[in-house]
Amino acid sequence: MSDKAKRILGSIPLHVVIIGLCILWLLPTFGLLITSLRPFQDINETGWWTAFLSRRDPEAADRPRFTLNNYVAALVGYRGRKTYAEACLGENPDPDCAGTGLMSPQGMGRAFINSLLVTIPATILPVLFAAFAAYAFSWLEFRGRQLLFAILVGLQVVPLQMTLIPIYRVYTKFGLNGTFLGVWLFHTGFGLPYAIYLLRNFIGSLPRDVFESAYLDGASPWTAFFRLALPLATPAIASLTIFQFLWVWNDLLVALVFLGGTTPVLTYQISNMVTSLGAGWHLLTAAAFISMVVPLIVFFSMQRFFVRGILAGSVKG
Amino acid sequence: MNKERAPKIMQQGLLMPLLFIIPALLILTFFVVYPTINTIGLSFKDAKGEQSAAVMCQEGQPCWGPFENYRHVLTDEVMLLAFRNNALWIILMVTGTTGLGLLIAVLVDRVKYEPLAKAVIFLPMAISFVGAGIIWGFVYDYKSYGSQIGILNAIVTGLGGKPIPWLTRGPWLNNICLIIVGVWMWTGFCMTILSAALKGVPTEVLEAARVDGANEWTVFWKVTVPMIMPTITVVITTMVVNVLKIFDIVYVMGGGQPGVQVIATRMYQEQFIKYNSGLSSAIAVVLLLLIVPVGYMNIRRFQQQEVMR
Repeated sequence: MSDKAKRILGSIPLHVVIIGLCILWLLPTFGLLITSLRPFQDINETGWWTAFLSRRDPEAADRPRFTLNNYVAALVGYRGRKTYAEACLGENPDPDCAGTGLMSPQGMGRAFINSLLVTIPATILPVLFAAFAAYAFSWLEFRGRQLLFAILVGLQVVPLQMTLIPIYRVYTKFGLNGTFLGVWLFHTGFGLPYAIYLLRNFIGSLPRDVFESAYLDGASPWTAFFRLALPLATPAIASLTIFQFLWVWNDLLVALVFLGGTTPVLTYQISNMVTSLGAGWHLLTAAAFISMVVPLIVFFSMQRFFVRGILAGSVKG
Repeated sequence: MNKERAPKIMQQGLLMPLLFIIPALLILTFFVVYPTINTIGLSFKDAKGEQSAAVMCQEGQPCWGPFENYRHVLTDEVMLLAFRNNALWIILMVTGTTGLGLLIAVLVDRVKYEPLAKAVIFLPMAISFVGAGIIWGFVYDYKSYGSQIGILNAIVTGLGGKPIPWLTRGPWLNNICLIIVGVWMWTGFCMTILSAALKGVPTEVLEAARVDGANEWTVFWKVTVPMIMPTITVVITTMVVNVLKIFDIVYVMGGGQPGVQVIATRMYQEQFIKYNSGLSSAIAVVLLLLIVPVGYMNIRRFQQQEVMR
């Protein structure tokens, strides 16, 4: 046997292990996706892996194998046993259609919009404030700069749990519970230490000549910040934005405490379907996938920045 | 001052720096510093946060005075169970994610489709614990009879076994099944960091060891691992902090069983179900105290980086 053939044969176990691990990693999510597309009668009768096999149950033969009905039902918050179109869109809607609709507080459609309304400002605010502070910590001289920054780095390890109760009490007093503003501010406060840390490391390592010559040309710190620091720090800001976005989008605890059922976001809605409503798998799988769409898009389109952000030192508290 | 004088642009008096840092400073003070101090205070108060915790002492019962909440945290059976579970999480999840992450990083380093394989392992990082909870809840699905729709029980029954209630059989199986979900989610994180460190090991060093007659196994344990040890330490400490705070998986998948509760879920229950802010705060403080040593290591690491700059 030639050397080349030996090498190829020798590397087969390696490929088997890697591909095996990859399949193992993908299988649960793949099962979820297939399940979410099956008619609910099928989901509870047979495993998702049988979706491509021939059917034994003769009654099932006239059902389509795959359907988007689960997604429709999850979006509008319909929990009955028919399809949403059959039950609710005819002349005499069923009683369990009450309260369903695209903007229904029990549906994933409304929760999706709430998630966007929470996440976008809760991402922009901390990144912006952190960029300002990071610039000052890097390129402005003031007393106590090092000490203040060291404290800030330390704040990264304060767990979320440490801040929940007092803020909850203050919010109750000022009527901020259940408001978007309350959640935006909370996420901003909690995201800032890591955000400042990451951006300061990046902005601080930009070449000093750039800022010196800008100063000699008569630029103010504001000009230097907006025209130089921000554009040059784009890669770091991109990483940070993705992290903060996914963190807020995927967060359950903060949403549970400060928004709850009055303004349900995606994570809250799903956990509520699991813990108190006992919704069927057809709704849960569709709902889970609806909540995963945005993170997956973000992940695939910006994987590079995601990885860079992790390597920059993710020690978020 | 250092050898290099600060550039002129840095010397802007006091007002300018203040304007830049004031928004961040205000928010941090109100949302992180004040609550932290306040939580410590509340941990010495009663359930409503009004009187000293000492008023909850009952005659004939052990009493720690103002530390009464801490007595509960450190002696109550439900809390001890939560500590045990959290310890189990740390042991299994940290070794699981770091070990698997390192293994995968080493393996994919040798194949051409490395980026694709890494993306697959990394993917769960992007989704929420809640989403992962549904995904795995379905994997673990259990029916006492009939055809199984959860893949694990389908395999078990297919091999002639009885279906297993994965998520409700205590004291270990339910915890381990939840921890597996955590490992599935966070292995990609460890793999990414460790893989970057592996690429930083100079090939000449590895070649030299091979020329000296070391086999791949020896090269890995005697050369590669010692060289990336600082990174492994960082990964482990970061994971310990993450696992100490684990909440979502247990909240969504645990179904409220006492046998799977961890520190963070206990804290949530005390505050938002039993409305006992004293005990809840004490749990949070204990959590903080557990995390502080690791936080200290992170600050040290940061200062070392500053020195090297």
